[in-house]
Amino acid sequence: MKDAWPLSRALADPLSTRGFTAQDWTDVISIARAERLLGSLAHRLSGMPLPAPVADAFAQARVQAGFSHIQARWEIEMARRALAPRGIPLILLKGSAFAFAGLPAGIGRLVGDLDILVPGDLMAPAEAALLAAGWEWLKPDDYTDAYYRRWMHELPPLVHRDRGGMIDVHHTILPLTARRTPDADALVADSIEVVPGIRILSPADMIVHAVTHLFADGDMAGGLRNLWDIDRLLRLFSADADFWKDLKLRAARHEMADPVALALRLADRIYATPVDPRLAGYDRMSDGLFIRRMLARDGWGRETRPFIRLAFYVRSHWMRMPPMMLARHLWIKARSRRG
Amino acid sequence: MRHLQIRIGPAGFRIGSAWPGPLAAMRDLYAGYPMPQDDIPTHTARIEPTRFWRRWIRPQVAICGDHMLMDTVPMALRHGLLAAEMAMNLQMALGERRFLLLHAAAVERGGKALILTGESGSGKSTLAAMLGEQGWRLLADEFVLIDPESMMLHPFPRAVSLKNSAIPEMERIVADQSRFGPLLRDTPKGHLRHLRPNADAIARMDTLAAPALILFPRFGEAPQVQGIGRAELFVRLTQGSTNYIPLGERGYGAMTKLMTLPAAMFAYPDTASGLDIVERYCAEVGL
Repeated sequence: MKDAWPLSRALADPLSTRGFTAQDWTDVISIARAERLLGSLAHRLSGMPLPAPVADAFAQARVQAGFSHIQARWEIEMARRALAPRGIPLILLKGSAFAFAGLPAGIGRLVGDLDILVPGDLMAPAEAALLAAGWEWLKPDDYTDAYYRRWMHELPPLVHRDRGGMIDVHHTILPLTARRTPDADALVADSIEVVPGIRILSPADMIVHAVTHLFADGDMAGGLRNLWDIDRLLRLFSADADFWKDLKLRAARHEMADPVALALRLADRIYATPVDPRLAGYDRMSDGLFIRRMLARDGWGRETRPFIRLAFYVRSHWMRMPPMMLARHLWIKARSRRG
Repeated sequence: MRHLQIRIGPAGFRIGSAWPGPLAAMRDLYAGYPMPQDDIPTHTARIEPTRFWRRWIRPQVAICGDHMLMDTVPMALRHGLLAAEMAMNLQMALGERRFLLLHAAAVERGGKALILTGESGSGKSTLAAMLGEQGWRLLADEFVLIDPESMMLHPFPRAVSLKNSAIPEMERIVADQSRFGPLLRDTPKGHLRHLRPNADAIARMDTLAAPALILFPRFGEAPQVQGIGRAELFVRLTQGSTNYIPLGERGYGAMTKLMTLPAAMFAYPDTASGLDIVERYCAEVGL
């Protein structure tokens, strides 16, 4: 395979795998592993007649995803026990939220770190509570610590000293250095309680957050998976008649209208997601570059298209901070690496 | 990417290499192995240059594949065969979710399996390779696969990696020199040479065996035998398993059943006395 297109096709339209050769199956499994989508693919193709080795690989991928959900639920419970006594609400983000709330985006998905959102004024007590419950700093050097605290939208990552589970505590969904400023108070205020003490974002906010995650985090790495999350969520949420109206309002409120529009166009192009054309807007020339970047894998699961990858890497930093600050940041990082 | 496809027990592998040399060595070593079921290998292992110019200039081999570790040390090209073997190991160690993996070797006689386990350097590979030439069937070196539901051992007869003094010992016993890979000098594990299991072990790789005895050999000490408590057996087996925890309840269930098997530890100064002790234990449990 020359890119990951057959994988995204298979996810969107399982019947497209009917003509797969032995080589196609081998390639698509390697690509899906590299994109962390094998469990999702396994669920999408369940019930189809599959060659025995493929069925076996899929069954193992489901076991792997299932176990990550058990671990994720335990980490959520541990965080809840640390925060609930101090009256700090636990708002789950990303994979943990999908798995805990039983959303379709969670099916077959690997859930890694625990990401939570905490109201800004409760960050200090939340940090103290987690430290008291056994979480420790992963990156204890002063520059990194100061960098996170001053500019990022989350605390430096914490790792539990016994279990090794990592927790990212966010107070908003974009770095403070980014040019857009989401309304963090609105995210908290409109969050939905799943069980006492554990909440998730409202549907429209969950999409907006998934979009920030798709574009702002790094260089579109993991983009196919993050866009698959968006596809699964949109297909569920859009059953509600008011959803697209809500999404438009929330995207505007969080200063994310353009990225949300782009994400909708990409979802439509890559996963044939039904989207509201008034929100998605017209195709742009640059959409093709995003698609080429997201599908850049060969049949061995290796990264391809190095120039596009580099361009997106530079872009990701460009979006994250102003030029002078970026220069200073890269200078300090380069010096620390040499030392 | 130039590559080779083989099946070892239940696992179909695709092994890709940026260089022809290691691949040619793999082809010779795994001559006679079957193709993956339906020609669909679901484990991809690769060896690649660490930087693109490192393919030609001071070549450096990175261990890659579907599953990778962040900080594996790159190897010299003359150890490319070992790198490919390690890349295959990594796919099993990190990816396997059907069978419980034990870091062990195993041999079979009369449908019953003897599992030899212990840390690197304990001599388990050498003893298993020796037994494999003396009427036993070699089931596995490095990874033993146990089905958590049926508790049957599924053979995974990879090439045995012989280290240091085990190399000349096996060279004396095995008549067919074509079963040996090239001698790899000064690898991170010392001198190393691979040995392909005999034709019977390969032909019967789909014939399962029932685990009957677990032994923990310890090479290089005066002969001594000792029992092993259930708790210690449990801890040692779980420590030596790369997927006990991610298998969850199935892994725990399988491990508790393994604990009911007869087990013992022993020290031995040389291979002959080691084999002697093994046979005595086997006689005790009717194996």
